[in-house]
Amino acid sequence: MMKNTPTLSLRVPEPSGRPGDAPDFSHLQFDPAGAVSRPEVSTAPYEMRDHAFRLVRVLDDEGQAVGPWDPKLDPEVLRRGLKAMILTRAFDERMHRAHRQGKTSFYMKCTGEEAIAVAQGMILSREDMGFPTYRQQGLLIARGYPLASMMNQIYSNAEDPIKGRQLPIMYSAKDYGFFTISGNLGTQVPQAVGWAMASAYKGDDKIAISWIGDGATAEGDFHNALTFAAVYRAPVILNVVNNQWAISSFMGIAGGLETTFAAKAIGYGLPALRVDGNDFLAVWAATQWAEERARTNQGATVIELFTYRGAPHSTSDDPSRYRPGDEHEKWPLGDPIERLKQHLIVLGEWSDELQVEAEKDAVEQVRAAGKESEAIGTLGQSRPSVKTMFEEVYATEDWRLVEQRREVGV
Amino acid sequence: MTTAPMNMIQALNSAIDTKMAEDPNVLSFGEDAGYFGGVFRVTDQLQQKHGLTRSFDAPISECGIVAAAIGMGAYGLRPVVEIQFADYIYPAYDQIVSEAAKMRYRSGGQFTSPITIRSPYGGGIFGGQTHSQSPESLFTHIAGLKVVIPSNPYDAKGLLTAAIEDDDPVVFFEPKRLYNGPFDGWHEKPVSPWKTQELAQVPTGKYVEPIGKARVMREGSDVTILAYGTMVWVALAGAEHAGVDAEVIDLRTLVPLDIETIEASVKKTGRCVIVHEAPKTSGFGGELSALVQERCFYHLEAPIARVTGWDTPYPHAFEWEYFPGPQRVADALKAVMSGGR
Repeated sequence: MMKNTPTLSLRVPEPSGRPGDAPDFSHLQFDPAGAVSRPEVSTAPYEMRDHAFRLVRVLDDEGQAVGPWDPKLDPEVLRRGLKAMILTRAFDERMHRAHRQGKTSFYMKCTGEEAIAVAQGMILSREDMGFPTYRQQGLLIARGYPLASMMNQIYSNAEDPIKGRQLPIMYSAKDYGFFTISGNLGTQVPQAVGWAMASAYKGDDKIAISWIGDGATAEGDFHNALTFAAVYRAPVILNVVNNQWAISSFMGIAGGLETTFAAKAIGYGLPALRVDGNDFLAVWAATQWAEERARTNQGATVIELFTYRGAPHSTSDDPSRYRPGDEHEKWPLGDPIERLKQHLIVLGEWSDELQVEAEKDAVEQVRAAGKESEAIGTLGQSRPSVKTMFEEVYATEDWRLVEQRREVGV
Repeated sequence: MTTAPMNMIQALNSAIDTKMAEDPNVLSFGEDAGYFGGVFRVTDQLQQKHGLTRSFDAPISECGIVAAAIGMGAYGLRPVVEIQFADYIYPAYDQIVSEAAKMRYRSGGQFTSPITIRSPYGGGIFGGQTHSQSPESLFTHIAGLKVVIPSNPYDAKGLLTAAIEDDDPVVFFEPKRLYNGPFDGWHEKPVSPWKTQELAQVPTGKYVEPIGKARVMREGSDVTILAYGTMVWVALAGAEHAGVDAEVIDLRTLVPLDIETIEASVKKTGRCVIVHEAPKTSGFGGELSALVQERCFYHLEAPIARVTGWDTPYPHAFEWEYFPGPQRVADALKAVMSGGR
């Protein structure tokens, strides 16, 4: 008997453009700057569900800071933030080039996402613990971590702080509030929750902050983290950096077409903020809101930072194979550095000349660090002692490692 | 030191209790591990004694439990977490293997993972395939992890205390079949309770049994039996049944392994039988066999024998055919005794 119903069909989401297409962002509907309300930090999550679907923005198209989320920062803080973003981009440029020159095996830029790690790294203290992904190098740079040390790791040279054991960009800097990065995506979000639970258990005043990409929100770890954060009211800020692309898979493959990533928080009873990630002031304000909430024992906040990954996923990736070539230039939320620069100029606190000077200075700083690091060696030119390969597997070497180390002859 | 008769559950409880009383950085959590005290009662009364925030229930999320413990460990705490059954440890595998195990190494010593992951494991309780597995070899293979398996109440407390104090992540498997009393593998015969065993006299205060040291359970001259967990008792029964003068070594710690004790014993006896519950292929017995061969080959009088679980999922109705018993151990002993050159 024939049934009067359609046959089933499988839907596989597709992005709005592929190579050769014109970039199309017409599906994105943004709130204008200043339009989204700023709830009290004590607001119950169910009373602020709208914030998971709207977009907190402070800087308008003219570079003015408007609306209730304006953090009203001192111009000196804004200049520091701008310079850290400029330096981050200059660092990325040189290291990407270093890879092309064969000086390292691998590199990952954060082009277009600089505002996120820089602003958040500036707000929280080094005593708080950040659980970053590989695109938060801006946090170390904003906090003045030595560029040469970062490069030493990128080159796996004799002065590599973690002794040639990790991929170039997987830093570890406890004194800078920067947890050791894992290549297994999402694993560190529930660890951040555990760290925050420990601080609360000890009656301390430190909080944790974590980052995860839009793609990795599909990992179970992310959902475990949200459950634990909600259940134990952990003092943690849980960022989802929605940069639209998980290597070649657009955010729709992680479920981003069905709802927003911020809205994932709703089912867990956590407050959510969806924020323009290319707006330094909006990132700052939202993070400050979440920080206050965490520090006053009111628990975790999920922040979706809406941005665009301008660069390839890594030096091993070619985005022209899967997305329109000029999509990044057409990103409707602009460039975070340009936007903050414009704002400072509008405030009368900056100029095109100062910008050129700052960019030159950044290139100079990176060059100086590069010289220092390259003098120690690039990949293959120098490296830590092979003996260190057997160290720190355990607190003390057991007989197997002693025997195997001897077999290597070190 | 004052001692009291304890079964393994009480001894494990006493270890956590003693450490919690001594060190405010020690806390304990897991599924049903708080108010109720765990489905096997290992964490019984800890919440009532030490407070809600020190011994608490966790969501049914093994991955979340271990990840939270890793974060706490990085903070400076010493969490002791319970995975309700070792069969449920797989969702946490990535966190244990990729994260806890590698933390010290990959951070150049900046971050460590001083956590203890306790989990009831093994068969002999009619638990079917999801309550009976012995996954120890999945962890012994992983650089950065320690793997400890006690066989009696005294060692259980001393080793768990050591695990909690250890600066590295320790996977601590507790043989369920031994929780309430030793088991000699003759499942149709009554088995004596712990209170008749010397090793059930457990100090009430704190003491430490070092990780990495085997215990010679029975001295002998003809053959060395290597075993751990429940199989230690099966090995003892098997030796008696075969009437062979076997030296029975309880490994107690698989990583780090007490290679000296093993080597000395096999060189003395010239024969080796390895017993474990886990399936044979790629089981820890394969590693033990290779080590004995590498180090004692010219002392061996017979091929090394392995008595293990079968390479099948753990069955419910065929538990006693699956579970290595004294008869299979005795058969192996007789085979190696007659297999001399």
